[in-house]
Amino acid sequence: MSEANQEVAQEAQVEEKSSPKVFYGDIVGNGLWKQNPGLVQLLGLCPTLAMTVSLVNGFSLGVMTAVVMAASNASVAPIRQWVPTEIRIPVFILIIAALVTIIDLSMHAYLQSLHAVLGIFIPLIVTNCIVLARVEAFAAKNPVVPSALDGFMMGFGLSLVLATLGGIREIIGKGTLFSGIDLVFGPSAKSMILTIIPDYHGFLLAILPPGAFIGLASLIATRNWLAQRKAAREAAMSVAPQLATH
Amino acid sequence: MSRSPYLTSAPSVSVIMIKVLLALLPAVAAYVWVFGPSILVMLILASITALSAEALMLKLRNRPIKPFLMDGSALLTAWLLALSLPPLAPWWLVVVGTFFAIVIAKQLYGGLGYNPFNPAMVGYAVLLISFPVIMTHWPAPIELAQAKLSFANQLEYIFGASNSMNLDAVSMATPLDYLKTQLTLHHSVQDIVSAAQFGLLGAKGGELIVGAYLIGGLYLLQQRLITWHLPIAFLAVLALMAGAFYLADPTRFANPLFHLFTGASMLGAFFIITDPVSGPTTPKGKLVFAAGIAVLTYLIRVYGGYPDGVAFSVLLMNMCVPLIDAWTQPRVFGHQK
Repeated sequence: MSEANQEVAQEAQVEEKSSPKVFYGDIVGNGLWKQNPGLVQLLGLCPTLAMTVSLVNGFSLGVMTAVVMAASNASVAPIRQWVPTEIRIPVFILIIAALVTIIDLSMHAYLQSLHAVLGIFIPLIVTNCIVLARVEAFAAKNPVVPSALDGFMMGFGLSLVLATLGGIREIIGKGTLFSGIDLVFGPSAKSMILTIIPDYHGFLLAILPPGAFIGLASLIATRNWLAQRKAAREAAMSVAPQLATH
Repeated sequence: MSRSPYLTSAPSVSVIMIKVLLALLPAVAAYVWVFGPSILVMLILASITALSAEALMLKLRNRPIKPFLMDGSALLTAWLLALSLPPLAPWWLVVVGTFFAIVIAKQLYGGLGYNPFNPAMVGYAVLLISFPVIMTHWPAPIELAQAKLSFANQLEYIFGASNSMNLDAVSMATPLDYLKTQLTLHHSVQDIVSAAQFGLLGAKGGELIVGAYLIGGLYLLQQRLITWHLPIAFLAVLALMAGAFYLADPTRFANPLFHLFTGASMLGAFFIITDPVSGPTTPKGKLVFAAGIAVLTYLIRVYGGYPDGVAFSVLLMNMCVPLIDAWTQPRVFGHQK
């Protein structure tokens, strides 16, 4: 492959990775920070806002979503050449729905109490726009392994946001952390629940929907502030050597 | 006789705010008379929190601190919020409410002049939703209280570690609250209002404070800091609404005077809904806005889950202000409709 070709591929790497050279580091970086679904793409906001009343709830739903995303990306990528463009959305949705049904039924079988808490939001992963967005934007154009990694890292990035938001809301709202962890690891895990603020009145607003909006807005603001600070520092670094040479 | 030209400059923001604070002083005095001096502590707490939060946010936003801090708008928000809280509320309640009002409801939207919602009412709604038990426990007025609290006792309530336990001993259901709970037990209004906490028009003791708000409001009208549209439309529609229901069934609905002289009606009419930032600007729009608040307040009081509804009504109507303003633009002279 010529150098010019590689440059073009590098430029278009975010949208399309048709070239055999795949940047795994970029996929991880995009999922966790640069293109984070919860904080930058703002996709999948319904579970982000609704299910983050506690750290355990938020993180569990996030992990389920990540598993679905990795599996759906991995299943769509090998058949991407044979799916006609005109009907690709229904085909993708059917694949995602089948995978979500598997997750839903397995959770019902093995994590019954957590399944009861998360409830309707597990089947609703099908309609979560981040899943279809990654299938459409990445898996439909890339080989299997990078697609699966992209799906999982995007889902994991979302899980971290859900966990952070859930943790913040739980501490401010109830003064505890990891409440409900016994739903995942069994009743013996109850001792892992931390009481951060003893004798706490409980700040209900953080648990109620406004708390989700205010909390998510604060997280987005913090991320933007960090990104801006980094950009400003990089700009200063790139100017400094030029000044030195002149 | 003064000479021409008869030009006057519009009063500055700080002059307006100081006059509004002045108009609140009779009510503060009435508060001290009815509930004891604890309200002064709460006013000081709220003022300190509001000024520190305002200064902090102005610094974070790279705005000049001194001119915005001296305009008194943060102080007014703090006072209005403190006057809406139960006078023996714990100190952190005042601090959290004021902080929320200034930081989130005012400064994050862009500071004075840009906030779409009334900051004091946002703070109040946040506290009412988050801490319903403390927010609905009002102390009994001194003349009705079984145990007379000294100022030191009151300070213990405000700064004590966990006072929600023993608040029951000194608190008493407010008339609006009592009326609501007794009506669900199928007592008639006539029987209910013979209870000790009911006074001549509204709440025993409370009606003094309401009267003081009325005096302060009339001072604001006389100083032309507010126009008649908002308070008159609010009180008239509230009275009409209550009157219609009262005439239909006097055993189930309290009389209109009771609704005017209890709860936050007077405070709302003259000091809350007249906020020039979050309210409409056209005269016709002000009438619509105030009428909407009155209707919602009455509905929440009678059919809603909370004893009083002024705060929620104000916030709901704040949301409608852009629409109201757009629909009630006065016709420009010489233009056809």
